[in-house]
Amino acid sequence: MPEKSQERTQDKLPVTVLTGYLGAGKTTLLNRILSEPHGKKYAVIVNEFGEIGIDNDLVVNADEEVFEMNNGCICCTVRGDLVRIIEGLMRRKGKFDAIIVETTGLADPAPVAQTFFMDENVGAKTKLDAVVTVADAKWLKDRLKDAPEAKNQIAFADVILLNKTDLVSKDELADVEARIRGINPYAKLHHTQRAQIPIDQVLDRNAFDLDRILEIEPDFLGADDHDHDHHHGHDHDHHHHHDHRHSPGDGHHHHGGGLKHFHDEDMQSVSLRTDRPLNPEKFIPWLQDLVAKDGPSILRCKGIVAFKDDPQRFVFQGVHMILDGDHQRDWKDGEKRESRAVFIGKKLPEEKIRQGFEASIA
Amino acid sequence: MTDTRPDTPSLTDKVRPLKVDGTIVGVHFLKDTPVFVLGESALLFAPSDNEKRIAIHAGAILASASDGSRIVTGGDDGKVVVTSAGGATTVVATDSKKRWIDHVALGPDGALAFSAGKTATVINSKGETRTWAAPSTVAGLAFAPKGFRLAVAHYNGVSLWFPNSQAAPEKLEWKGSHLAVAFSPDGKFIVTAMQEPTLHGWRTSDGKHMRMSGYSARVRSYHWTYDGAFLATSGFEQLILWPFDGKDGPMGKQPRILAPAQTRVAMVACHPAAPVVATGYADGLVLLVRVDDGAEILARRPGGAPVTALGWHPKGSQLAFGAEDGEAGTIAL
Repeated sequence: MPEKSQERTQDKLPVTVLTGYLGAGKTTLLNRILSEPHGKKYAVIVNEFGEIGIDNDLVVNADEEVFEMNNGCICCTVRGDLVRIIEGLMRRKGKFDAIIVETTGLADPAPVAQTFFMDENVGAKTKLDAVVTVADAKWLKDRLKDAPEAKNQIAFADVILLNKTDLVSKDELADVEARIRGINPYAKLHHTQRAQIPIDQVLDRNAFDLDRILEIEPDFLGADDHDHDHHHGHDHDHHHHHDHRHSPGDGHHHHGGGLKHFHDEDMQSVSLRTDRPLNPEKFIPWLQDLVAKDGPSILRCKGIVAFKDDPQRFVFQGVHMILDGDHQRDWKDGEKRESRAVFIGKKLPEEKIRQGFEASIA
Repeated sequence: MTDTRPDTPSLTDKVRPLKVDGTIVGVHFLKDTPVFVLGESALLFAPSDNEKRIAIHAGAILASASDGSRIVTGGDDGKVVVTSAGGATTVVATDSKKRWIDHVALGPDGALAFSAGKTATVINSKGETRTWAAPSTVAGLAFAPKGFRLAVAHYNGVSLWFPNSQAAPEKLEWKGSHLAVAFSPDGKFIVTAMQEPTLHGWRTSDGKHMRMSGYSARVRSYHWTYDGAFLATSGFEQLILWPFDGKDGPMGKQPRILAPAQTRVAMVACHPAAPVVATGYADGLVLLVRVDDGAEILARRPGGAPVTALGWHPKGSQLAFGAEDGEAGTIAL
């Protein structure tokens, strides 16, 4: 019953999570969002009272307490402070339109995201809208080397603001973008200066809504960035396939198709695709088993699946071991019945994932 | 609306309905007057003749407790407010950093406790203040029924703090996030509700553990029967009652399972002098359930918002209930 679930989803307050390493520009983005003349009221959950102070918005201080769950799932953690704060905020229901959670520079986005799936009360009243990561164009490359948190934040993101682009040359920008794409080719990426971005590119993204999973394509193939004039030019060469195989430790820089390509050694994405229908009795147990066993290394996953003799698209998305999947809608006439899935994570067992996926072809 | 319990004796024609703007988060009786705690800013005194709304906080009300003569509330304005039966309000504490007052409790000897973040504070009957810093954010407070002792729930367990003693609090450890704490009426057991759909208990004499699980949702409401024989709990599509009459509590025993319904039990409140549990469900249904034989009386029909408040008159002569959408009522029994 997709209509019903949409209705329910629309009742829920959207929650946007802002992450990014120290100094990348999170607070600048937050202040920008709050000061836009959008006529909306936000409840803002911050780690420390910073220079935020927009009169109409409610600012709540959080302690970032990450709590493990006693459910036998080793990577299931929730943010205890969010469970408490969201419950408190709901007592003022109707007084604001959305919630923004600003995490510290060292935070792992996973416990934040998992809170919305693990806590029934939080999940009943709010919905995770998107993880937005602000990255510093000048310093991100260094942080990817020395700060695992920074890499997690890039890998986890639905939207990435590559900020402070005015501080780097075009070549440097292309290089840092390639490094981001080596980790997460699927996030929507924007080049920004002083976190300037239309607010609708950051809020109301519905990135975790099964009903809104429309397509799974690497963002840079159809990129719509305003200043997309780095060295590979505007005539994107689509022959560059992202799902080519690397063996760990092989050469890092590729200049295929004019687009600089970078493979990150410990954080990658695995992209799967087939136009042959899948067998649900093989695919679903395989997927469940995969996240149960390899959940700790899988940060995010997402997929659109065509099952044999099934008139409907099956969609799924997940965070570590948490998996959410459902039939979404009928395949449209003329729509290509293709199954696509992507896994982003740490040292993913790529061959095993590919074999499992291929073995579930009907 | 279809009556899903056609054969259940009903008190619904005796309900005096009320409607407030906003959500209801609690209800207490001050003398004979039901007082509803609203999600935001105010208490609603609701005697049968004239309702009176009293503004007490500049924002959300996060916690409330009552000893029958006063109500203490904690707000997201950082204030702890005591409201008397006459409706007079006193701000007894204000957090210096304006942090949320997440939990409040009242003790048997007039003591008052509250928490903001990791700090638990007790104000004793002489007005002296003591504070203790918990290892993580305080998630629940409960005074022992006897003696000046406070149970503080936090991540990985409960600490038993004697505010008049310099000694470090005694720790009851159990891994995980504990979100509420309560003593049994005889003080022999302590039970917490966890982030997972389970309750965890300790025998206070020796710290022996007990786990109560099998729920379909987090247990958000639990309350001992007047005689301490059973712990009534929410979190399942039936009323779950754990036996606490033996020295081992519910260890090795099966719970009593009564009052099945279409939706989950959201709130429970035990009658102060009889083995009867007022049971509120997620669809607004309220039943009075007799513990001995499971006999039910309908107090409110289903088909509304979740029940979020249930309270008994100290003599058991009235029941008050409130729901998330501000619908409420009282019944004289």
